[in-house]
Parts: sequence; C-alpha cells; structure tokens
Amino acid sequence: MRLNVVATRPDVPVQPLHALDHLWFQVGGTLCNLECNHCFISCGPTNDSFGMMDLSQVQRLLEDSRRLGVKEYYFTGGEPFLNRQLLPILEATLRYGPATVLTNATVLPARTLEELRRVDQASLYSLEIRVSIDGASPATNDPIRGEGTFARAMEGVRGLLRYGFLPIITAMQPETGGESFDDFCQTLRAAGYKHPRIKLLPPLRLGREIVRSRGYTEHERVTREMMDGYDDSQLLCSHSRIATDRGVYVCPILIDSPAARLGDTLEEGLGPFPLEAAACYSCYLYGAICSNVSASPGQA
Amino acid sequence: MSEATFSRIAAFGGVYSNHLALARVIEDARHRGAEALLCLGDLGAFGPHPDRTPAILRDSGVQTIRGNYDDSLARGLDECQCGYTDPRDNYFARLSYQYTLRNTREENRAWMGTLPDSLRLRLGNRQVLACHGSPRQMNEFLWESTTPTHFLERLCERYEADIILCTHTGLHWQRPLEGSRLFANVGAIGRPANDGETNVWYALLDEGEPPTIEFVPLAYDHQTLADEMRDEKLPGEFVETIETGWWTTCLEILPSKERRRGKY
Repeated sequence: MRLNVVATRPDVPVQPLHALDHLWFQVGGTLCNLECNHCFISCGPTNDSFGMMDLSQVQRLLEDSRRLGVKEYYFTGGEPFLNRQLLPILEATLRYGPATVLTNATVLPARTLEELRRVDQASLYSLEIRVSIDGASPATNDPIRGEGTFARAMEGVRGLLRYGFLPIITAMQPETGGESFDDFCQTLRAAGYKHPRIKLLPPLRLGREIVRSRGYTEHERVTREMMDGYDDSQLLCSHSRIATDRGVYVCPILIDSPAARLGDTLEEGLGPFPLEAAACYSCYLYGAICSNVSASPGQA
Repeated sequence: MSEATFSRIAAFGGVYSNHLALARVIEDARHRGAEALLCLGDLGAFGPHPDRTPAILRDSGVQTIRGNYDDSLARGLDECQCGYTDPRDNYFARLSYQYTLRNTREENRAWMGTLPDSLRLRLGNRQVLACHGSPRQMNEFLWESTTPTHFLERLCERYEADIILCTHTGLHWQRPLEGSRLFANVGAIGRPANDGETNVWYALLDEGEPPTIEFVPLAYDHQTLADEMRDEKLPGEFVETIETGWWTTCLEILPSKERRRGKY
C-alpha cells in the first residue's frame, strides 16, 4: 500500500524523485558484529529492527528495477557479509548492473574473498567494496568502532587488495578537527594500497551519534527558502530509494523513522518526500553523501 | 522526419585541445568515406593552445555539440563542470580549466555558447541522437561497467532514438540493444584510452541491418603535442599521459573495472 507521506510544517520542502537511479538494499538488516558509537541506525549484534533480505526478495526487486531503469545497486546493513546469501545476491545483481557493498571488512575470510572475486570477474559490471574505517590509526578509529577494529579492518583491506579489489575507504569525520585526506592516504599506502580510493563523510547526528557528540539543533532543518537556487540532484532522495525486509523507505539514513516508510513495493515508493527530518539537513549541506561519487540523476 | 540522412558517419569527442589528433581524425574519417563528422564536445582541457581546435572544427564543417567544458568556457564559470568529487581529481581539473579559460579568445568562447547540446540525424533508416554525457545530463558519466543495458534501453525509448552516441568519460565502448538499437560512448581523441598506447580513438558508424559501429585507433604526432604542452608549462602528469598512454590524473572517478585496466 502506498503511504500518504505529508509534511507537518508548512515550510517543509517536498522533494520529488526525478529518476530511480540508485536502488539500495538493507540486505544485512540492522544486525552487525560491531557496535560503533556513531552508528546512525544503532546497529549491533542484538538489533533486529530490520531483518536480513533473502535472494528471492532481492530478485523480485531487481526485476522491478529493470522496468524502472535503475542504474546502480547498493547493499548495506548492518554488516552485509553476515547475510549468508550475500554472494548469490551479488551474483544475481551483477547480471542487472553495477553493485556496491558497504562493509566493515572484519568478516572476510579467504573463501569469501575467493568467491567474491569469482562473482566480480564473471560480470561485465563493476563490484565496488566500500570499507568503513573511521580513523587513520587505531588511536582514532578504535574509540569509535571498537577495540581492535582498526587492525581487523586493515587486514580486510589487505585481503581485498590481494584478491584484486580496489576498496573505497569510507570514513566519517567531524566537520572540524578531524583527520585529513592525506592522513588516510598515508596510512593506506603504508598498508600496501598504492593508489587508495577514499571517501570522507560528515557525521549523521542520529542513533548513537546523538550520545557520542550531539543531535541536530532545532535550527538545523531544510526549509523551502533554502531550496531556492539549490541543485536538488544533490539530495539522495531525488534519485534513490531503499528496500528493506519491512518495505520501501526513502533513504538509508532514515529507516529508523516510521515517516520515511513509503510503501510495500518499489512502485509504491516512487512518490515525493517532505524534507522534514533533521538528517535531511546533512544531505542538503554535503550532498550525495551515500553514493560512491556525486549524484548524476536525470529525468529518464 | 527532416533530419539529414547518411550511410557512414564519423563521431568523436573529448578533443581536449589536441589539435594535432583532431586534424588527423578529420583527414582519416574523410578518407574512409564518412559523409558527416560529429564532434560531441569538450574542445578544451588538458592540452595546449585551446584556440586552435575551434578553428579546425569550423573550417572542416564538423557538426559540433557543446560539452560541459565548452559550456563553462562560454559562460565564464569558475569550474569545468566535469563532475569530479575527489580532491585529487579536482586539483588537476582546476589547473587544466584555469589554463584553458585564460587562453581561449572571447570569440571562441562565444561560439561555444551557440553550439547545440545534442544533435539528431539519420543513419540509413535509424534515428541517431548524439550528445555529450547522456541525453538527460550534459556531464553524466556513462562507463561501460556502471551502465546497465536496461538503463540504455530506457534512454532510447524516452528520447526516441535507435542509436545514442555520447562521450564525456574518455573511454570508448559500445553495447547492442534490443531491436538492433545501439549505444556507443565514442571515447576521446584528446588523450589515449588508458591502455598504454599513444593512439587515440574515434567511431565510424555504418548503416545496415543491424547498423554497426567500428572504433578506429589513430596514431598522430603525439611527441609534438607533448613538446607543445611542455612549452606551455602544462603539468608533467598530463604530458606523461600523452607520451605513455596511461592516465595519470582524474582517475578517482573511474569505476573499479576501468581503474584496474590502467597503470595507476
């Protein structure tokens, strides 16, 4: 059933979906082997707010996505590699188009990497692996992601490199006072990643991040006035949706918000969305924070 | 339909101020019997003496589209609208754009502003749509490994085209689509295709059932171009690409499959 999503304040801009370019899957649910203290949906070993998606659920959505002209597929969680069906899911997806997996790289044994390489090599399309590391050293990463996680994630990165992947290292950094791009480059080069691919993200002040630093202030909201002259293609919701085991939501950041649920099916999730959530402010400021590269949506 | 009809068309893009390769492509395509020549935009960037390419295109009667670079120059914008997001890519993009803007005469910038953002013509009984990035967005990157076939078929339907031609990425590839339709990214003639060879590539399209696209490798006097680039004090990284065939800059935008084929 398509849900009627309406704004509760008059100055809230309503964002149409221009084209469904990016289809996300909450394939790992909210289950994660780590419990990072900045996680915007508070994932962890016991969080079952969202369940894992299975191959048949994904397969149906892939078929729907063909008709809608989807250009890229993204897989997130939780930790996607905890989903035992992830590899067949990726194999199926790569028959349709390019896929990206967001992982903490701590659960990548050699047999998984071997299978991942086979799946990648069999496809015309790119399989991107995005590895979350939130500091350029254990001293800055581990307080956020957990004791020993820097070393484990870097071992995962080295494993990915050994199997021919070029992982995109994704790090959430504070607006000021964080580590620099060069800091990450140096760390990764020292680990044998000669030409590291890096994506730095702003913090999302939701979930556990509210406790770690702060939530959004009442002034950190998107208003209609702010949309004047703004390139709305920067907003993820102008070109993306996320499928979960509990329906289709507007974007991966907001799945904890019942107001972000748009319907049961992809077709039902294509309607406009009011930019009412505080986190929309981060998307507005930084643009395309979830995609691999900047937004490239159109009207097709 | 009022569009002109041809049986053999040459198409190329990404000239990047490589006036020596441009002259060779025009000569070669004419020699091979191309009845129409299409340039899909990005006349400047990367190479030396950006005022040379507009004159060659105009004098040779090449039908030319406005790319994002040409659009930026025409409007005097402070950046090239290439669509890069990584600071390393943007560093070199900025150097290249500042040089090109500084060295492009006002009359050429004004001319770029008059160019269409797409062209339609016929190859036999097939409708061809030529554009820069994609029919829907001037600076959309359509790489082979990140562009699903169903996405291209949707573009053909939405824009009522049997054959879609684009450039912008600098790497050439083609994909047959349902109903003998075709998509091709014609690549770039401004710099090599990141394959360790110094030649550049353009596309020759022939009518038929189905219509066909052949990518033509073309050698040109790349050493003279490299010398000119050095004389103009363009970055050594750009010269290295011309002399070795490997991309050294603006690599972060590449998807992993394309990135792994290169040296860096």
